[in-house]
Amino acid sequence: MILLQARDVSLRRGDRAVVSAASLTLAKGRVIGLIGPNGAGKSTFMRLLAGLETPDCGDIQLLDRGMGQISPALRARQLAFIPQDGGAPPPMPVRALVALGRLPHGQADDHAARHPAVGHALDVTGLLDLCARPASHLSGGERARMNLARALATDTPVILADEPIAALDPAHALSMMRLFRQQAGQGKGIVIVLHDLVLATRFCDELVLMDDGAVIRHGPPTQVLDDDIMRTVYEVTVRRVENAVLPWTLCR
Amino acid sequence: MKSAHKTLLLNAVLLTGVIGLFGASLMWGETRVMFSHALADILAGRHSAGAIIIARLRLPRTLLAVMVGGMLGLSGAVLQGYLRNPLADPGILGVSGGAALGAVSVFYTGLMQVSIAALPLGGLTGALCAAAVLMGLVGRGGTLVLLLAGAALSSFAAALTALVLNLVPSPYASFEIMHWLMGSLTDRTFTHVWICLPGVVCGTLLMLSAGRALDALTLGEDVAESLGFRLHGLGGIQTRIVLGAALAVGSCVAVSGAIGFVGLVVPHLLRPLTGYQPSRLLVPSFLGGSLLLLLADMVVRLVAVGPELQLGVLTALLGAPVFFTRVIMLKRTVS
Repeated sequence: MILLQARDVSLRRGDRAVVSAASLTLAKGRVIGLIGPNGAGKSTFMRLLAGLETPDCGDIQLLDRGMGQISPALRARQLAFIPQDGGAPPPMPVRALVALGRLPHGQADDHAARHPAVGHALDVTGLLDLCARPASHLSGGERARMNLARALATDTPVILADEPIAALDPAHALSMMRLFRQQAGQGKGIVIVLHDLVLATRFCDELVLMDDGAVIRHGPPTQVLDDDIMRTVYEVTVRRVENAVLPWTLCR
Repeated sequence: MKSAHKTLLLNAVLLTGVIGLFGASLMWGETRVMFSHALADILAGRHSAGAIIIARLRLPRTLLAVMVGGMLGLSGAVLQGYLRNPLADPGILGVSGGAALGAVSVFYTGLMQVSIAALPLGGLTGALCAAAVLMGLVGRGGTLVLLLAGAALSSFAAALTALVLNLVPSPYASFEIMHWLMGSLTDRTFTHVWICLPGVVCGTLLMLSAGRALDALTLGEDVAESLGFRLHGLGGIQTRIVLGAALAVGSCVAVSGAIGFVGLVVPHLLRPLTGYQPSRLLVPSFLGGSLLLLLADMVVRLVAVGPELQLGVLTALLGAPVFFTRVIMLKRTVS
């Protein structure tokens, strides 16, 4: 079942094409890694997919309805967006911030905080013990989990996350990617912007590689990340390693 | 205790304080009045001196203290939530400056001799013009555009106000203007209440309608939009907040003059008691602002220090030390 589909989506800012004819198809239970060098247009493409910007041309369908025809409230019940970490959150308790994820359902305050979806989101992200702590006291890893918990509390079929593991140490990055994988296993469709190609290869069903605003390749990770692409897009060379977890390592 | 219950308790305490001070403000003043007799006269429709003092002087003054203080507190809380900056103040919109310019122009042209309503109507016209210019300048721009537009409008209105002060021919008129600019509720009547009321009601409704969006905005504009809130455009959250605060503050400044620090200090002090949740801060800030202004107005009336102290001077004298204390506490926390 297709949850989210973008077809030939383009967006210009002034003279510059930030996204050019980009396409992506997200099915239920799948994790798509959106990868590419800095400035490739990944974040803008994510904002278009999230309905936060309107494309100049092209078409985005969310659960078979055009994004432009869906009200912001309905969109919020079908798609959760985790933007790049915007710095320290306010000193509200973690549970209250996670409960903001219930706002699209018209639930707020204590009514929202008591909702089973909030408890479940705190539980799966391992935040139950921290739920009374002020969010401003959380570490980077805990903050990333709180952002995911807020998205999970909305209980949407689609989750979009823009660089959710960018500032995390390997252990936290790994645990976040496991959480995304686990959610996909329960039927959600997930698109994640990633720079860590090792984790992208390991946890994503499909990679969509962007460069200069265009999707230049998509498919299973091992097919997308070949030596040629690594050299031309990422400007790094690849050394093949036999019997390793990943069959290659990066070298400059 | 659940956070909703805590907020309810806070509101109940503040409301009790407002009701208590409301009564006290009617009972006590410069002239001694037997309140029970005056009340009986009012109810019986007799125009005794006591009845006139309470019904035509103290009641409108007290109502204005509730409205002006409440609006300054509420607008401060809404703007601090929207801009995610605890130092935002209703004055940053430039609408107070517009109201001051409108009122000062009435002084300059001598229109205030025509009617008692000329001065507040002039202030209201200035505030509405400033609000219209602000809305036009901001358009679909975000918070940075709003801050810049407010700063530009505020500076321009201050420059024009200074120009009027500079050109005013009579030193007495300059004194009157300076006096008005310090803010006061002295000698206000029900005419002032009626002039202020529509802006206060519309402004309050617009600002309160943005409460949930303010909560969502604590995690940034992108999260708020992804949670289903439309921030920009006609009917968007920014329009509701800016128009609401501009209408409310402009209407109040038009009748009271500039009263500083209430909009800044009240939300600042109450925020920790509401769990730092912007929507929960709105009603307490309204009540806290009313409470503070009722108290300040009673102090102004009852403390005899020669000429009556201007309300804006007192609120600034009370508000500034709060910030000194905050600075000292912050330095201690950092070190």
